[in-house]
Amino acid sequence: MTADFTTRGLTRTYGEGHSAVHALRGVDVEIPAGEIVVMLGASGSGKSTLLNILGGLDRATSGTAHFRDMDLTAMTDARLTRYRRDHIGFVFQFYNLMPSLTARENVELVTEIARNPMRAEEALELVGLGARVDHFPAQLSGGEQQRVAIARAVAKQPEVMFCDEPTGALDSATGRTVLEVLNEVNARLGTTILMVTHAANIADMAHRVIRLADGAIREVVENGQRKPPAEIVW
Amino acid sequence: MVSPLDRKLLRDLRRMKAQVIAIGAVIATGVLLQVMMSGLVASLTETRRAYYERNRLAEVFAPLTRAPEAELARIAAIPGVARAEGRIAGAALIDMPDEAVPLQARALSLPDRSERGLNAVYMISGALPDPAARDEALLIEGFAKAHGLGPGDRLTVTLNGARRVLRIAGTAQAPDMLYTAVPGEMMPDAARFAVLWMPRAALAAAYDMDGAFNETLVTLARGASEQAVIDRIDAILRPWGGTGAYGRDQLVSDRFVTEEINGLRTMSRVMPPIFLAVAAFILYIVVSRMVQSEREEIGLLKAFGYTGAEVGAHYFKLVMIIAIGGALAGCLGGIASGRAMIGVYTTFYNFPFLVFRPDPAAFATGVAASVLAASAGGLFVLRRVFRLAPAEAMRPPAPGDFSRSIRLDGPVGRRLDQPTRMVLRGLSRQPLRAAALAAGIAAGMALSAGMTTIYTSFDRVMEMNFSVVDRSDATVLFTHPLSERAAFSLARIPGVLQVEPMRDVPAILRNGRLSHRGAITGMPAAPEMTRAIDADQRPIPLPAEGVVLGEALADVLQVRAGDMLRIEVTNGRQPVLEVPVTQVARTLLGAPAYMRIDSLNRAMREPGLISGLHVRVDAAQADAIWLSLKDMPAVAGVSVAEDMQASLQKLMDQGAGSARYIMGAIAFIITFGIVFNAARIAYDERAHDLASLRVMGFTRAEAAFVLLGELGLITLASLPVGSLAGYGLAQAIAEGFSTELYQIPAGYDPFSHGFAALFIVGAALVSGWLIKRDLDRADLVLALKTRE
Ligand SMILES: Nc1ncnc2c1ncn2[C@@H]1O[C@H](COP(=O)(O)OP(=O)(O)O)[C@@H](O)[C@H]1O
Ligand SMILES: [Mg+2]
Repeated sequence: MTADFTTRGLTRTYGEGHSAVHALRGVDVEIPAGEIVVMLGASGSGKSTLLNILGGLDRATSGTAHFRDMDLTAMTDARLTRYRRDHIGFVFQFYNLMPSLTARENVELVTEIARNPMRAEEALELVGLGARVDHFPAQLSGGEQQRVAIARAVAKQPEVMFCDEPTGALDSATGRTVLEVLNEVNARLGTTILMVTHAANIADMAHRVIRLADGAIREVVENGQRKPPAEIVW
Repeated sequence: MVSPLDRKLLRDLRRMKAQVIAIGAVIATGVLLQVMMSGLVASLTETRRAYYERNRLAEVFAPLTRAPEAELARIAAIPGVARAEGRIAGAALIDMPDEAVPLQARALSLPDRSERGLNAVYMISGALPDPAARDEALLIEGFAKAHGLGPGDRLTVTLNGARRVLRIAGTAQAPDMLYTAVPGEMMPDAARFAVLWMPRAALAAAYDMDGAFNETLVTLARGASEQAVIDRIDAILRPWGGTGAYGRDQLVSDRFVTEEINGLRTMSRVMPPIFLAVAAFILYIVVSRMVQSEREEIGLLKAFGYTGAEVGAHYFKLVMIIAIGGALAGCLGGIASGRAMIGVYTTFYNFPFLVFRPDPAAFATGVAASVLAASAGGLFVLRRVFRLAPAEAMRPPAPGDFSRSIRLDGPVGRRLDQPTRMVLRGLSRQPLRAAALAAGIAAGMALSAGMTTIYTSFDRVMEMNFSVVDRSDATVLFTHPLSERAAFSLARIPGVLQVEPMRDVPAILRNGRLSHRGAITGMPAAPEMTRAIDADQRPIPLPAEGVVLGEALADVLQVRAGDMLRIEVTNGRQPVLEVPVTQVARTLLGAPAYMRIDSLNRAMREPGLISGLHVRVDAAQADAIWLSLKDMPAVAGVSVAEDMQASLQKLMDQGAGSARYIMGAIAFIITFGIVFNAARIAYDERAHDLASLRVMGFTRAEAAFVLLGELGLITLASLPVGSLAGYGLAQAIAEGFSTELYQIPAGYDPFSHGFAALFIVGAALVSGWLIKRDLDRADLVLALKTRE
């Protein structure tokens, strides 16, 4: 097993002195390549913070975080940008599509700057939106928008996809479609998927589950009995 | 207890500090100009009125050659005349040891009991001369100050050709001498023109006026008709060489002060509204942006049970705090700058006392206008607050609907990359907003281009007047018309390269009921030194019959080429001419009327007479030449072009013209404010999209393009529109600045417009850079947490 991510003593503190918030308190974790990893934990336990540091959006206060042999904690801003551009796809709770671009154009936004992209239409087929490529975000439902966001993340064929509460704003039926798409991407393309959620049942589809509490890893569990997303209820 | 909404208000104000200050400053500037200018108008008007009243300025003036004092009784007996006095007035020369040319002066007789007479002097220092003294005089304060003279000092003066030394008894001002200029020059210059007041007996002896007078001063009874009195006075004085009585409003001194006040009044009406409109506009876009981004909070407040009016009041308070704060700052600034500006008027006008008294009405209108302008901006926004449904807060954030923006799937559109599409769609989705921003920037362009045009126009006036219109080195005026032979004797002075004769005769020009008291200038048919020029700077040849009028004069008389004009010469045989206006000349200084000297002399039946000469001299010998002119008794004065140029420059830089610097600076500051606010708002609206782009791995420059591309396009689109508006604005401001004294031409000046365009682009770049800094610093994680 090769690890995509390795962290050692990772901490992240917001503010100083009395009012300091310790979002991460020394996290040591490994994320194996090609797996779906679900991160669980109560609200405020540090899930997003860890995701953001691994995704190159935020910086650790101390400790190290490596993506393969790259030391994320030592990179300049420009290098981090490059890192996100070349290796990472993001999916957020609120989709973050460009409202002024159609579904296809939103995907092309990324494929234009990617090294080894698939065609935008192909990515949209993959998420089941082949018929809606020319719609603007305002003309799509929440679930469809989230699937465009996934298509956009997938289209550049990243090594890793980060999903922060991807189903958070969706009803469970729509959420399940989104999870199926993610599962499909992992199976077909071998993309490592690191997903944050507070819906514990979603962990059933993961290869591995990481539980955080109060800024530290509580436990890491390998899931011997993965369930297909279609069978998950939450 | 402070309500939570009010606490939010304070926090909002602190958060938007830069914008609050910028908008407040624009409002303050508008109010400042309003308070300052209307205060100056009020102060000048009131001071002048009080001064005239206290020092009994005559209401009708009637110059003549010479009349026995007994005639005064007849004038006093005219119905409607309250009081009639005669005085002696004459031209004089002062020989200052450190001046190359003799300086011109006007000598006036003091009334025997000067504390009672008309046009009473206002003593500044020293004492009145002893009525019996022969060699004592009062000197006008401005001249005394300029030359460091005071009571007890001595002056070498030529009175009626006789040279003598006078002792300065004191310094003074007088209400008929608010504005003093060298005859024939018009530029006020305290250092180069003096007024001397002497006891009547002494002056009578010098000018051969024993028991006689040559200027009548008259005040009117309440309700008397000025014109009727003038007609009767003219009838009485005609046999005595009367050159036409005129009312106070035709008094040169009063006329120029009136022009100044009118100019100020025009400006005080034009400028403040422009600033307030700009402020209202910025306020509107800033607050509407704020309401847009606080949609959810507003919905939430309403859901909690706050009424639309309560929530609206919260935003309205914000608008009012900025408006009233700006207006109050403007009032204070207006008082301070009014006090500073009033000093300018004491330099150029001989007011003995001049206190800046702000017009209370200006405060009221200033504050009211700011509140109104801000409310107008605020009301549009409030409508949205009212319309917003409480449910809005509960809805998930909906992306803006771009389905009706441009499609971009044509052959060109398909080649565009996605960031460019975002720019174009952003613009096309809200064309009104884009147009509003463009309009704002265009307003800035107009202000800057307009003001720069005015700057360059001032310089152009100088340059053109002294290199195209008047190319002489000096103008020599004689005490009385001489034969042309005088020209030859002058031309023989070593170093004099060229002379050109001229003849000035005082005249009243009339077109129907419009009239102007001025002079006709006779010149050779094709003069080489001082010329009438047309709009293309080509010399206008003078016709054998007819007159060429300067622009300002043609305006006053409302005549055009081809119209007939009545010219009543008030000198010599006083002929009346009916002549056509053959052409209107482009003038920069003064309001001249040109005729051929031979036609003029024929009309006067005084062939071959000249009243002065334009000369060109060898620069190395200039001082020696002026020195030899000092000793010629027939020379009334020498105006050296260099001195005139310096006076004009001073007037434009320190006088009323100096306002252009302030206004120019303000224009550029405002322009920057508009551009920066436009950019800032565009950024606030896009912050979230930009963060998303950065998360996806777009570099800073790539993300900035999406933001600044839009700003850039809007800026570019606004330039031509602004340029056009700037052209119009320059015309209006030039009109405001132009007086009979100098006319500011404001054509399309490519340099000014280019400069303004560069400034706008520069401002856009700096704004872009400032905002790109924010963009660089933006915390990606934070930006993604906030929705919308
Ligand atoms: N920008 C920030 N400033 C201050 N505290 C923050 C910031 N971001 C997150 N935190 C704090 O860090 C802790 C972990 O936050 P986060 O990683 O977002 O939690 P989770 O995603 O697990 O709900 C929380 O206590 C949160 O309040
Ligand atoms: Mg979170």
